[in-house]
Amino acid sequence: MAAGNFEKYKSDGSIAGNALEWLDARFPATSMWKGHLSEYYAPKNFNFWYFFGSLAILVLVIQIVTGIFLTMHYKPDAALNAAGVPIAFASVEYIMRDVSGGWLIRYMHSTGASAFFIVVYLHMFRGLIYGSYRKPRELTWLFGVGIFLVLMGEAFFGYLLPWGQMSYWGAQVIVNLFSAIPIIGDDLSLIIRGDFVVGDATLNRFFSFHVIAFPLVLIGLVAAHVLALHETGSNNPDGIEIKENKDENGIPRDGIPFHPYYTVKDIVGVVVFLMVFSAVLFFAPEGGGYFLETPNFYPADPLKTPPHIAPVWYFTPYYSILRAMVWNFFGLDAKFWGVVAMGASVVIFAALPWLDRSPVKSIRYRGPITKAMITIFVICFFILGYLGTLSPSPTGEIISQICTAFYFGFFLGMPWWSRMDKFKPVPERVTK
Amino acid sequence: MSNQGKMDCGRRRLIVATAAVGGVGAVAALVPFVSSLLPSERAKAAGAPVEVDISKLEPGQMMTVEWRGKPVWIINRTKDMLDTLPKIADQMADPKSEKNQQPTYAQNDTRSIKPEIMIVVGICTHLGCSPSSKFKAGADEGMPSDWLGGFLCPCHGSTFDFAGRVYKAKPAPTNLEVPPHVYLSDARIVIGEDKKGA
Repeated sequence: MAAGNFEKYKSDGSIAGNALEWLDARFPATSMWKGHLSEYYAPKNFNFWYFFGSLAILVLVIQIVTGIFLTMHYKPDAALNAAGVPIAFASVEYIMRDVSGGWLIRYMHSTGASAFFIVVYLHMFRGLIYGSYRKPRELTWLFGVGIFLVLMGEAFFGYLLPWGQMSYWGAQVIVNLFSAIPIIGDDLSLIIRGDFVVGDATLNRFFSFHVIAFPLVLIGLVAAHVLALHETGSNNPDGIEIKENKDENGIPRDGIPFHPYYTVKDIVGVVVFLMVFSAVLFFAPEGGGYFLETPNFYPADPLKTPPHIAPVWYFTPYYSILRAMVWNFFGLDAKFWGVVAMGASVVIFAALPWLDRSPVKSIRYRGPITKAMITIFVICFFILGYLGTLSPSPTGEIISQICTAFYFGFFLGMPWWSRMDKFKPVPERVTK
Repeated sequence: MSNQGKMDCGRRRLIVATAAVGGVGAVAALVPFVSSLLPSERAKAAGAPVEVDISKLEPGQMMTVEWRGKPVWIINRTKDMLDTLPKIADQMADPKSEKNQQPTYAQNDTRSIKPEIMIVVGICTHLGCSPSSKFKAGADEGMPSDWLGGFLCPCHGSTFDFAGRVYKAKPAPTNLEVPPHVYLSDARIVIGEDKKGA
């Protein structure tokens, strides 16, 4: 493993060698480099689906860097300026029109938010089909679910900041969701808003959450996610534990060092991703109204709800599940059950490692039941997502109820259907 | 605890007590942070009553004023509008306004002090969107053909009649809120304040 082998410098007495020796005596530089890159052995059979983890880190970096620069010009202030426009809204327009390069940085950030969810959804789907959440990687998966939750919060807080119509009314609806919780609900939504209505206090605290509190937690969770992964080693499309077959040096026979093999491979993914990202950025930065919704180009008006409000696309599946609950149970309003169902639809991912009872991990060695269930689940997820962008309608309501039933059926029935399938024998070594 | 037989119970009690006191201190330190999240004194002091002149509000018209950051609708209901109210009482979730969503002086068939003047907070009781006016009866405005006029919430489809009463089997759990209000004269109303027994 030539790359990253710094030992050769240590004995030669050169300045670089001495510097590294000095550093390594005080900080685990070489050992971290080896442990996480040059001597971190990843399965050699990674495919297309394994790009999205490193891409997620790339998008995180894009969001942090663009966010830092946006914060230099943005003003979280709901008061009206001399022209009668809220200062927050005006400052975003200022970034778009008057700050040199501001439009590009802002669109990178807004497009980056959608890109983040696309990448993360694909990354989660990879985990789903190859059983990456299963023993011994349960904690990696749980940290990942934590990242997903924090990301949703981060996106929600961020969407309020431009203080447009959709920002305002979206926040109004979501904060009011908490008031559906019995007993503590009203006080809870008051604590979130900091006022009796969504207003300046809400905007300022959402800004604080968006730029410091949640990013800090997010970075911590990402570190925990990667550390937990590197402790167990990566899964692979065959779902085979490569650590069970090591050579005489204790190196997995099916493993290759992450650096240079996967760092270089991931650069290909980065280049392709940046091509697609730039295409959206320069030619369709509003994503056809899905990335930046039209009503958000109007300043927030607390007296008038836009005729059609819908969350940004990445929230719409859960929003449909919220709307699908129209029945009162156990003396509690449908509103409360909608909130419960929506919360459960996100949190239930955390239970996957314990719901899946299949004897094999990867979909490659699982049978028709698994393939059918995952296919229908994905279709339902898309249908729910599409319906969530539409106005409520009786037909849409019934379809969303059916899809919601299947969504939960997929998870809650998993302990049974995952065992019933026909399984193929899993090979000893990974395949090409 | 290398030697269990010689464990110093006094020292251990001291450790437990120190940890407990420290824990209490840590919890106490949360108080200023959580209370800073609550509405500030200024936010609580805001929301002064609003005085409105309704002399120019023609029958069938509606105006919106802002009170405590919320839209308050004032509707000068025509006789036709008022006539719809008893007809659809059986389709209402709370036709007699029994839930506490209005001052007692508005707990009547028209949910108002004066039958024709409706004053109501234009915020849906479901998730806080502001419903749109759909005053025209029938299917003209995208409503069902038996629609008699009222309001539709664009967010989740709750419908309300001209008295702000919610239709049955809709997401909104209660009727729209009638704010406290008082007439200074025929043309002047104060919203956000009432005289007890007025």
